[in-house]
Amino acid sequence: MAKRIDVSDLDIYYGNFKAVEGVNLSIEPRSITALIGPSGCGKSTFLRALNRMHEVIPGARVEGKVVIEGQDLYGADVDPVDVRRQIGMVFQRPNPFPTMSIYDNVAAGIRLNNKKMKKADLDDLVERSLRGANLWNEVKDRLDRPGSGLSGGQQQRLCIARAIAVEPDVLLMDEPCSALDPISTLAIEDLMAELKERFTIVIVTHNMQQAARVSEQTGFFNLNGVGQPGRLIEFNPTEKIFSNPEMKATEDYISGRFG
Amino acid sequence: MTTTSSPTTPAGRPKQRPGDRVFAGSAKGAGILILVILAGVAAFLVTESLPALTAPADEIPGGEGLIAYVAPLIFGTLLAAALAILVATPLGVAIALFITNYAPRRLAQVLGYLVDLLVAIPSIVYGFWGIYWLAPKLVPLFQWLEQHLGFIPLFAGPASATGRTMFTAGLVLAVMILPIVSAISREVFLQVPALHREAALALGATRWEMIRMAVLPYGKSGIIGGAMLGLGRALGETLAIALVLSVSGGITFNLIGTGNPSTIAANIALQFPESTGIDVNTLIASGLALFVITLAVNVLARWVVNRRADFSGAN
Amino acid sequence: MSTRTPPAPAAPTSAPPATSTAASRPKLPRWAPWAVFAAAAVAAFLVGRLTSPNLALLVIYTVVLGTVVLYVVSRVVEGPRKATDRLVTSVVYSAFGIAMVPLLSLVYEVTRRGAERLDGEFLNSSLVGITGEGGGAYHAIMGTLIITALTTLISVPIGLLTAIYLVEYGNGRLKKAITFLVDVMTGIPSIVAGLFAYALFALFLGPGIRLGIAGAVALSVLMIPVVVRSAEEVLKLVPNELREAAYALGVPRWRTIVKVVLPTAVAGLGAGITLAIARVIGETAPLLITVGITNATNLDPFDSRMATLPVYAYYQLTQPGVPPEFAIDRAWTAALILIILVMGLNVVARLISRFFAPKNSR
Repeated sequence: MAKRIDVSDLDIYYGNFKAVEGVNLSIEPRSITALIGPSGCGKSTFLRALNRMHEVIPGARVEGKVVIEGQDLYGADVDPVDVRRQIGMVFQRPNPFPTMSIYDNVAAGIRLNNKKMKKADLDDLVERSLRGANLWNEVKDRLDRPGSGLSGGQQQRLCIARAIAVEPDVLLMDEPCSALDPISTLAIEDLMAELKERFTIVIVTHNMQQAARVSEQTGFFNLNGVGQPGRLIEFNPTEKIFSNPEMKATEDYISGRFG
Repeated sequence: MTTTSSPTTPAGRPKQRPGDRVFAGSAKGAGILILVILAGVAAFLVTESLPALTAPADEIPGGEGLIAYVAPLIFGTLLAAALAILVATPLGVAIALFITNYAPRRLAQVLGYLVDLLVAIPSIVYGFWGIYWLAPKLVPLFQWLEQHLGFIPLFAGPASATGRTMFTAGLVLAVMILPIVSAISREVFLQVPALHREAALALGATRWEMIRMAVLPYGKSGIIGGAMLGLGRALGETLAIALVLSVSGGITFNLIGTGNPSTIAANIALQFPESTGIDVNTLIASGLALFVITLAVNVLARWVVNRRADFSGAN
Repeated sequence: MSTRTPPAPAAPTSAPPATSTAASRPKLPRWAPWAVFAAAAVAAFLVGRLTSPNLALLVIYTVVLGTVVLYVVSRVVEGPRKATDRLVTSVVYSAFGIAMVPLLSLVYEVTRRGAERLDGEFLNSSLVGITGEGGGAYHAIMGTLIITALTTLISVPIGLLTAIYLVEYGNGRLKKAITFLVDVMTGIPSIVAGLFAYALFALFLGPGIRLGIAGAVALSVLMIPVVVRSAEEVLKLVPNELREAAYALGVPRWRTIVKVVLPTAVAGLGAGITLAIARVIGETAPLLITVGITNATNLDPFDSRMATLPVYAYYQLTQPGVPPEFAIDRAWTAALILIILVMGLNVVARLISRFFAPKNSR
């Protein structure tokens, strides 16, 4: 549970296009790490490289190393499917499975992988995950209703419940609040504060206040120009980034001078 | 110590799960099977028609060789299909215009569905309808045409008393391909950007002027493609013609007379059940000719339709 | 106002802002087209009574006369541009009316003639020992159901897997080739598909072979491309987000397709397959040359000739025997049952896509 991630010299490509170049950083367990930066700077791409979702896109590939507690994710005999079981992900837009009930959505990680589990254990797991996502009280009376009938914020928490139900070590969140209203956003942020007790969380966000509110560490991505690869400009404790950044570009971005 | 992978395979997949391999394999296999089937169709048709292609002329039915046997059939096929397309294209376009630009929106959906139903009706039922309903009703028209327009070779007569003429067959085919033509035109007309239409209307155009300025130019290749797909269907149509057309004799442009050339498909349907030996090979050879003709028409049609898709900018 | 005008146009007054140039010109009132066509109908009726009282001719006279009068009046009052617009409107409405004639007359004719023998005996007995009255199409109905079921059994897996390949796996040249050939296959004339199946089976089992399974193979050649096309369209509509959600849970690709993508698309797939069945269930030509016909009930598609409904209808009509009327009645009833099957399948397809669609709130 809650493992440490070390990234060294990571380059990410779409076909021949180099999208991200030379990333080195270490992500602490049981903490929230935020990635910020202007659009198209490669932060989402970087996030997707952490659980090998990147390579779902045809032609996409990665060079470099991502190590989780001593295990190289891109090692020769590593199955990307196993990696993704270890590292969960929550997406920008809530995407519950429309054919499944709330219950089935939470149980999806178990059911879809054909793991056998006793009904009582599964019930227990679903309740635990929904409680973990602060959703249990709102849906406990309608577990058999379709998940797509919930509000946007509830759907996103359902997706978080679905992700934590498979008990991953790390939770990646790709702008999880960008499609939500402020109240739902607050609910998700509170939830993240609770979840970091159990998981290593990496979140990509466009919202600098959000990064400042929830994270311990912040990484700032930027790119020199269109067609250039994105780079990690600065990686420091959040407090330092927002009060006294090392790099000029970071300061410009944070003070709103561009981006 | 970097993990590199060739750009052709999705990054580094050293180990593939057996489930994935089996499933991807069978999906790919099914796709390849389609190639095999199509190759098979061509190969079997060629093999089975070889005996007819090499046989001496007097063994072919008719006794004058394969060319003499197939030529009137090809002529009949083309004539019937041409008639059908001449009638169906303007009608189909008009229907598509009606549904997209004239009818009230709610009604339009229902009407579109009704027209689509025409596609679903089995061709043999069209044949029944052609013989028993349409043909007798056309006899007075044929007599009138012979009397007043008999100087045109198309209507030379003598007018058929049963109405089972090339003219009737062409009309039945036209009805059968009408939904194809109108469905494809309709699709294209619906894609005309509202901006183009509004621009025309804002210039003070009447509805017809708007259609002529914005809708028709935009939909031109769609109309052509739809007509050609309809043509492909008309060329291969079998039973409706086999039932409706009263066949006797060779090449003639007389559309309302008693002697009409048959079509390839109808001829196969009529002769095949009673044929043996070299006759079967001859029929299959004519089928091969039909296959080649429809193939050419369809490929051309797809090309026209797809070219529009590339240039439309609708996406 | 008389409403005898048949496909008469609803007033085409909505042609919007023709005002910029036509503002100075007077306009015909909204009811003008109605009035013109009503008058034309009355005139046609009066003239028609003197010559021939044929309803079809009356309608044609009315439409032609009405269109011409409206054009002339509009040209005088509103000017040539507006007149042309009205003329085209009349033409478009008439074209649509003309297209409805075959549909309505066909359904009416088949129902009228086919209803005569739509009875228990027709559904329950074959043609064994029948020379005149009576008899039925039990054997043909069963034959059609068996062969169609076999066709579906062959076509759906192949078609569905091909569509999955094209949408989920395919790339590069093979995908392009398959897409192109599916298009080509869509255009294969049904009789050619029949010849192919015949040639295939004749190669192994000798010439003159007639088998139910050969018919199923022929129909599959026609059905597979239809299934591929419709399944491809539907699978493309499944949002990529759902696939990614499953991948992120550590679900392998094939399970994602089977457990997430296909269930999400099930309504569209079901509707598409049903429509594909409707397309082939009435095919006559390929069955005529691969399956033949028989008077007795044969339910084994791997053993000799079978009867099928379309071929049955064809032979009853073209070779009725003496006296012909009983066989011809049976032919019409067979045609009616075919239409009912096809329309029924169309309705089923609509219901499937309505009731199995994922209940999505977004």
